[in-house]
Amino acid sequence: MSAPRFAIGIDLGTTHSALAYVDIAGSDGEATVHGTLPIPQLTAPGTVESMPLLPSFLYLPHADEMAAGDLVLPWPADDQHAVGELARSRGATTPIRLVSSAKSWLCHPGVDRRASILPHDAPPEVARVSPLDASTHYLEHVRNAWDHAHPEAPFAQQDVTVTIPASFDPAARELTVEAAKTAGCSSLTLLEEPQSALYSWIEASGGGWRKQVQPGDIILVIDVGGGTSDFSLIAVLERDGNLELHRVAVGEHILLGGDNMDLALAHGVARKLAAAGTTLDAWQLRALTYACRSAKERLLGDADGSAGTTAQPIVVPSRGSKLIGGSIRTELTADEVGATIVDGFFPQVEAAARPVSRVRAGLAQLGLPYAQDAAVTRHLAAFLGRQLGAVAELEGFGARIGNGAQGASFLHPTAVLFNGGVFKSALLADRTLATVNGWLAAEGAAPARLLGGADLDLAVARGAAYYGYVRHGHGVRIRGGTAFAYYVGVESSMPAVPGIEPPVEALCVAPFGMEEGTEAELPALELGLVVGEPVHFRFFASSVRRQDSVGTLIGAWAPDELQELAPICATLPPEGRSAGEVVPVRLHARVTEAGTLELEAVPRSGGERWKIEFDVRGERQQDA
Amino acid sequence: MNRPEPPSSDGVKPSLLRRIPLAFGAFFGLLANADLAARYAEVRDGAVAPPAAATAAPAPGPSVLKEPSPDAALQLLALLQRDARLIDFVGEDLSGYADAQIGAAARLVHEGCAKVLREHFSLVPVREEAEGSRVTLQAGFDAAAVRVTGNVVGQPPFAGSLRHRGWRVTEVRLPKLAEQHDARVVAPAELEL
Repeated sequence: MSAPRFAIGIDLGTTHSALAYVDIAGSDGEATVHGTLPIPQLTAPGTVESMPLLPSFLYLPHADEMAAGDLVLPWPADDQHAVGELARSRGATTPIRLVSSAKSWLCHPGVDRRASILPHDAPPEVARVSPLDASTHYLEHVRNAWDHAHPEAPFAQQDVTVTIPASFDPAARELTVEAAKTAGCSSLTLLEEPQSALYSWIEASGGGWRKQVQPGDIILVIDVGGGTSDFSLIAVLERDGNLELHRVAVGEHILLGGDNMDLALAHGVARKLAAAGTTLDAWQLRALTYACRSAKERLLGDADGSAGTTAQPIVVPSRGSKLIGGSIRTELTADEVGATIVDGFFPQVEAAARPVSRVRAGLAQLGLPYAQDAAVTRHLAAFLGRQLGAVAELEGFGARIGNGAQGASFLHPTAVLFNGGVFKSALLADRTLATVNGWLAAEGAAPARLLGGADLDLAVARGAAYYGYVRHGHGVRIRGGTAFAYYVGVESSMPAVPGIEPPVEALCVAPFGMEEGTEAELPALELGLVVGEPVHFRFFASSVRRQDSVGTLIGAWAPDELQELAPICATLPPEGRSAGEVVPVRLHARVTEAGTLELEAVPRSGGERWKIEFDVRGERQQDA
Repeated sequence: MNRPEPPSSDGVKPSLLRRIPLAFGAFFGLLANADLAARYAEVRDGAVAPPAAATAAPAPGPSVLKEPSPDAALQLLALLQRDARLIDFVGEDLSGYADAQIGAAARLVHEGCAKVLREHFSLVPVREEAEGSRVTLQAGFDAAAVRVTGNVVGQPPFAGSLRHRGWRVTEVRLPKLAEQHDARVVAPAELEL
């Protein structure tokens, strides 16, 4: 294979995907030749248009629903699915055939992510697909679009970077790699989205970023996309006269985004209409959501010139051909947007505020685990509070925690970078920054600066392409490695007490901050595996325990210190052993070049190694 | 005086002032009178093909009017209906509605039409100057791009007041259509099951 000519970055988003590229040969240092690929897609039956974003939706049409040639694309495609704008618009009227938010399902520990479960409320006759298949479809579409536009530089021979939420667990990362491989990526790397946004900012600054940050800065990346919110902290260090960037912490996976905000507004307006005696059907509610989005954008001042108006008219079109007679007119006021969006999703809370979590009702719920607290600022406060010690061990940062911010209750960021379409509204960006600065002022710290100038829709794809270029040695690279330490649960050897479950201890198998392409040492502790039978271990991750090394055993931990992931599973083949025999093994962790975690079981003697699988089957499905 | 003098070889040619009413008269005259048109065609063809070559009957030239393909028009109509409900709006009888109701629907139509124009055409003004400002046209200006009106006399340069800046499409981005796609269905009927 010849050296790749392009570094391709793919933003595989919850609601939209995009592809950007950097021409490696044509670029020189920080002056890059880059672009984004317009993606041809069906926008109506038999109609193909190129758009900068590919909506991440998959529509599974009925056999009689489309006429011949309605699903034709610029490239040969025999499959009977629609991806992109047509899928989204068709799906709005026939939701039982629409696959959406596949990415959120991909990291949903409660379901079998390889099983055909989507659309999850589809009737039995619809041939469902798995979250993995859906992601593969989007990537294949993007790949075909690339190959169609660049026949001289086939996708399979380019350097591809696919972005993932920083909070993706090892299993979701592995599934993303699997989807990308199936879609034809041969040279693949994963990159966390908030890092990608920062790369894009660095690229856009054209070298000027070195003047905008100083050693000692802690950059808080706040990424609120269509479906998820993702936070990361990146510290700026000086080493040997060069600025270095270290990603020191990432937030939890929060299913909360711009779509929730539009929906909240639409429901508010629908209630207002209902009070006046007009009830909307599902079709009208969707049209209302769309209308609310545009009205909100105008009221929040991200469309030109009309900021400062107090109300925007909203018209819900009639479904039939009587447009004037059947349309419903109402309005969205600035106060309603203020109460629903600004105060509902971005309330000015104290730094000590934490998300409210209600007790979930029943186990029957198989939908996506949406965030229960809609306040982005409360999730942010919790993240900064939890990561108070994130830079304690980084050189040059000790003073920040020790002296200057004695008694700090949360980690003090010095700069903020926004990403995601939500922050196209200057008002929401201002409110978020003001809230963070309010927390800082309360603890006597200087306000955080805004790092501006990012393209909020395409930054992630652009940053990913730039990262592919940087990996060829052309610019600053954000360091940091894995943002979690990983543990397996082992039953402690205590005498059994009737009625009490034996306590579980957590054995660290992969420390925090493992870089790509590195291996962890072998822990001393051995676990017994039964030959020929799948053995499950409880599996934990921690985003705060930076000091644990391989082999550390933790007996007790605070509730938010360790987070339990789906279990891992090892099956020892019975070759050369008798079934049922117990073999002592040690667990060995490795981070691949692509950025996934691999666990292997290594027996005491011999050179054998067995891969340990992340369980993506989901406990609830197994029970069913 | 009101009979047009036939063009003669003895050098008396009508002036521009004279030729303008002549041309208008000829236009409507030819349109109304088939015989006159036939005679005109003879004279014109004679001028194109000199009498020396008159032995071969002149073949009818290719038609100068081109037939537009309806596909692109149908496609635009479909887009205007899909995004702006234009056919529904224009097709409705306004007499039974109050202006407020019409206005509400007009907002939808306006927003949708703007979206269609924005997404499928790149529009720039023909003239960059502000409307109302003085503009001078040099000789050889593009008469298709600038229409001169009012006191149109004399020779260029023409100086005048810019009444409308004009619009020029610099790029058309119409969607591509599948081979079998029936563009005449500009909006399919919807049947909810």
